[in-house]
Amino acid sequence: MKKPHGTASLTPYRLWSLLPRLEPARLPDLLMFGAAIALFYGLIMVARTWLGPFTPQVEISRSAWALPAYACLSLLRITIAYVLSLLFTLAYGYIAAYNAKAERFMIPLLDVLQSIPVLSFLPGVMLAMVALFPSRQLGVELGAILLIFTGQVWNMAFSFYSSLKSIPRDMREAARIYGFSWWQRFVEVELPYAAIGLVWNSMMSVAGGWFFLMACEMFVLGSRDFRLPGLGSYLQTAASEGDTRSILWGVATMIAVIVLLDQFIWRPVIAWAEKFKVEQVESSDAPHSWVLDLMQHSRSLAQLKKKALFPLRESLMAYFARKHNATKSESVKSPRNMWIARIAGIAAIAFISYAVARVIAMLAGTTHAEAGELALGLGATFLRVNIALLLGALWTIPVGVMIGFSPRLARIAQPLAQIAASVPATALFPVVLLVLIRLGGGLGIGSIVLLLLGTQWYILFNVIAGAMAIPTDLKEACSICRITGWQRWRKLILPGIFPYLVTGLVTASGGAWNASIVAEYFHFKGQTYFTAGLGATISRASDSGDFTLLLASTMVMAAMVVTTNRLVWRRLYRLAETRFRLET
Amino acid sequence: MSDAIIQARAVEKFYTQPDGNRIEVIAPTDLDVSAGKIICLLGPSGSGKSTFLRMLTGLSTPSSGEVLWHGKPVGNEPPNVAIVFQSFALFPWLNVLQNVEAPLEARGVAPIERRKRALKTLDTVGLDGFETAYPKELSGGMKQRVGFARALVVEPEVLFMDEPFSALDVLTAETLRRELLELWLSKKMPTSAIFVVTHNIEEAVLLADRVIVLGKNPGRIRSDFEIGLAHPRDRKSGKFVEFVDYIYKIMTQPDAEPANVPGQVRPASTKPPRQKYQMLPHARTAGISGLLEILNDGGGHDDLYRLAEKLAMDVDDLLPIIESATILGFATLTEGDVQITLEGIAFAEADIQARKMLFREAALKHVAILQCIESVLKAKADHSISDEFFHDILDEHFSSDEVERQFETAMNWGRYAEIFDHDPQNARLVLSEPLVEIHPATKP
Ligand SMILES: Nc1ncnc2c1ncn2[C@@H]1O[C@H](COP(=O)(O)OP(=O)(O)OP(=O)(O)O)[C@@H](O)[C@H]1O
Ligand SMILES: [Mg+2]
Repeated sequence: MKKPHGTASLTPYRLWSLLPRLEPARLPDLLMFGAAIALFYGLIMVARTWLGPFTPQVEISRSAWALPAYACLSLLRITIAYVLSLLFTLAYGYIAAYNAKAERFMIPLLDVLQSIPVLSFLPGVMLAMVALFPSRQLGVELGAILLIFTGQVWNMAFSFYSSLKSIPRDMREAARIYGFSWWQRFVEVELPYAAIGLVWNSMMSVAGGWFFLMACEMFVLGSRDFRLPGLGSYLQTAASEGDTRSILWGVATMIAVIVLLDQFIWRPVIAWAEKFKVEQVESSDAPHSWVLDLMQHSRSLAQLKKKALFPLRESLMAYFARKHNATKSESVKSPRNMWIARIAGIAAIAFISYAVARVIAMLAGTTHAEAGELALGLGATFLRVNIALLLGALWTIPVGVMIGFSPRLARIAQPLAQIAASVPATALFPVVLLVLIRLGGGLGIGSIVLLLLGTQWYILFNVIAGAMAIPTDLKEACSICRITGWQRWRKLILPGIFPYLVTGLVTASGGAWNASIVAEYFHFKGQTYFTAGLGATISRASDSGDFTLLLASTMVMAAMVVTTNRLVWRRLYRLAETRFRLET
Repeated sequence: MSDAIIQARAVEKFYTQPDGNRIEVIAPTDLDVSAGKIICLLGPSGSGKSTFLRMLTGLSTPSSGEVLWHGKPVGNEPPNVAIVFQSFALFPWLNVLQNVEAPLEARGVAPIERRKRALKTLDTVGLDGFETAYPKELSGGMKQRVGFARALVVEPEVLFMDEPFSALDVLTAETLRRELLELWLSKKMPTSAIFVVTHNIEEAVLLADRVIVLGKNPGRIRSDFEIGLAHPRDRKSGKFVEFVDYIYKIMTQPDAEPANVPGQVRPASTKPPRQKYQMLPHARTAGISGLLEILNDGGGHDDLYRLAEKLAMDVDDLLPIIESATILGFATLTEGDVQITLEGIAFAEADIQARKMLFREAALKHVAILQCIESVLKAKADHSISDEFFHDILDEHFSSDEVERQFETAMNWGRYAEIFDHDPQNARLVLSEPLVEIHPATKP
């Protein structure tokens, strides 16, 4: 009997079977396709607002429904800032590593720039950008992006520079004797060699970007009030209204974004970067990422690689090889380049002298009262930073050692701690502040808690790493010799974790000085809370547009950070390297 | 007109120290490299072998003099060379095939042709089946094969090797050496000369058609001769042993004129400029004690070559220990024979404390730097002085690496002899007071 044709035969089952078959292997492709569409839509939306007219007073919604869009906008700013940082890093690191003359001043400059608090850049950068694009939203956006950039870039640049400097001589010479073009050397030697350091520093930098988001997306400059829609401004609005529900929504969104970033970006990148490890033998527990596995199984990506990436790589390689072989003779410095370099040098010196003269003229305007405030503030913030470090060390050392000594505990605790660490302390400030005000503690003590919130993680992670690195045979030797209790701490654990502890403390100290700006000065429910401190002075100067004070306080802070680095941390580092190195 | 591929004309190399001192690493030297030969460059550690190799390849420019390839300065056009490195210098992030293809990529060879040539070379060195492996998955011997393949794939005119077998275990090194010789003798490699840097004497006699022995401080050619033995060479044959002994003799007597090469009479080479400063061989006190004990137990004297065999040690590692014993007056070395002295016997038979005393006496008598340190420390009111001071003295005479090694050896000897103590934290030397330490005298 023949089956009847027509609509009657379109049973749901048949309909289903008519649809293209969804094989598990296609799933990655579909996902990639969806991602591409979403990206395209996002680009159009962003372009429309950014190129739109200048609207300084955007109303920041406190509805939870606004959060996804806000999160995307903030993420976009961080991403652009990161891309800029990466480009800057590659250029700066490359020049500093290969040009001995430039190196001599580029590296100390990096040291100083690193110690200037991000928010001190704020007024200058913002005003410059708004002046550049007075009629478009683009100006404020670029300003915010540049600020995030200044928070991300320095450690990345330094990492790239030192990686380049430490490429083994033989590897370099192999590249030279086999006639690599600079491009081939860059993609086959230098970039791979620097990859792991760059990845870890990128992670740290982006995490730092979240920290300053709140400050960068919404601020007052003298009489002008700038607002950009984003997660940071959402949190700040919610905080200054004292709206706990919105704060929690905002924090939850931020955590979600951070976890997603971790799963979809960092984890795959770390797993992929594993192949760049310069080690003699394969390590047994290499990091894995399910996203990376998925991507490596995607057929469309494989096609893309074969059809587009390979040919592109080939033609670039061939192009630079031809160029390299055409200019075979020793690269003689052409007189034109020499002249350009000379002129650039003279221009730089002229500019620097002019800037220094102006700064001195401005600083001459500081009053006695202000100088007194600076001195007092320096003392107060110094105390706070060091108390925060001490408190941080006190709880993280025992906990970190416990986690580090127990692999089971480490498996559970480490991811949790990582998430906790990536929640920017700035987002939690309002909550902490509410509690503090209810308890009756002032911001003077409260800001220590805030500093602690921001910086304890650096110490914790390093202590865990240090404890894990103590060789098992040393631990066993201790238990055989019945060295227990305090003796065990003094003889084994403390010396073992010392180098790591120093690294953690250095990072934490830098972070704490920087965070004091947000921790000591706070807008809340229409009021301004602050306490005496260098950070508060910087914030206040920036708020009120007092450039002289801003400059003076920033210089004091930068000088302080650079001096402690030189006098204290560098010595401790050296001690750690010579006396307390566990050689295997 | 010579048929030499490379001509080095009075090449000389200085390194400028951070403090501005210029150290001469290679004294003005002439050298020709001609086709059809394996040349081995021998010399003690730090004599400038690698520096010399790098100048010949154009990797480093001589401070004066010039290197010519086929009569043209090497800087004008990069010569077609390849280097095999002791450290392999492979790119860990590229797999075996990509590593071998990389030099071809640099020459702009098209992908298909590139792959074909790389696979063929990998086949030649016995690496087929490993194309997709990463270097870290390979053993040392396999890694060095990749190094060979990467070098051979560019069909270099001269193949340079800087201690290519030093990082490998004895058996693997032997296998690779034999394979290299096979490739070379069967003309399977498109290379007209091989230049090997090594500090292993037997390796040189095994491989070389011509051996060049480099002296130290500054580096200069002490002997340059041909080895006419047929391949494969037998390590036990009389001729082989004669060559090995001859090279030992040159290398153990840094000051003497080299004797006649076995089987030929050569005019003496030009007398090298002598350096006045006493240089400490890099040996630790434990090694010196061990050597003296073994000598004493074995009847008081032994042949250098047999001694090395007995200890399963590379002669290159044994030499500094023997030199140290000689400097301290515990032993003498003549014609490759090591003879213990009376002081040496006394030392070998003493107990730990007495040994320290004997060592102290010998060190203060014979070792200039230790005498100097002692007298300076005694003269100072607080009996201590910073490391820098001695670094500065040594800087005058040695390169910075060598200064480190000299200083480390002096520290090792001086502390063992209880002449002084070293406080690394403050980087200071402090005069020891052994008497006070041993007899904690009157207590208040
Ligand atoms: N770039 C440099 N700057 C300063 N000194 C250098 C430099 N390169 C080498 N030297 C010094 O030149 C001397 C010779 O070095 P070289 O590496 O050529 O010796 P070598 O014979 O190859 O030694 P080895 O057997 O240890 O490889 C050493 O004392 C070394 O410290
Ligand atoms: Mg060498």
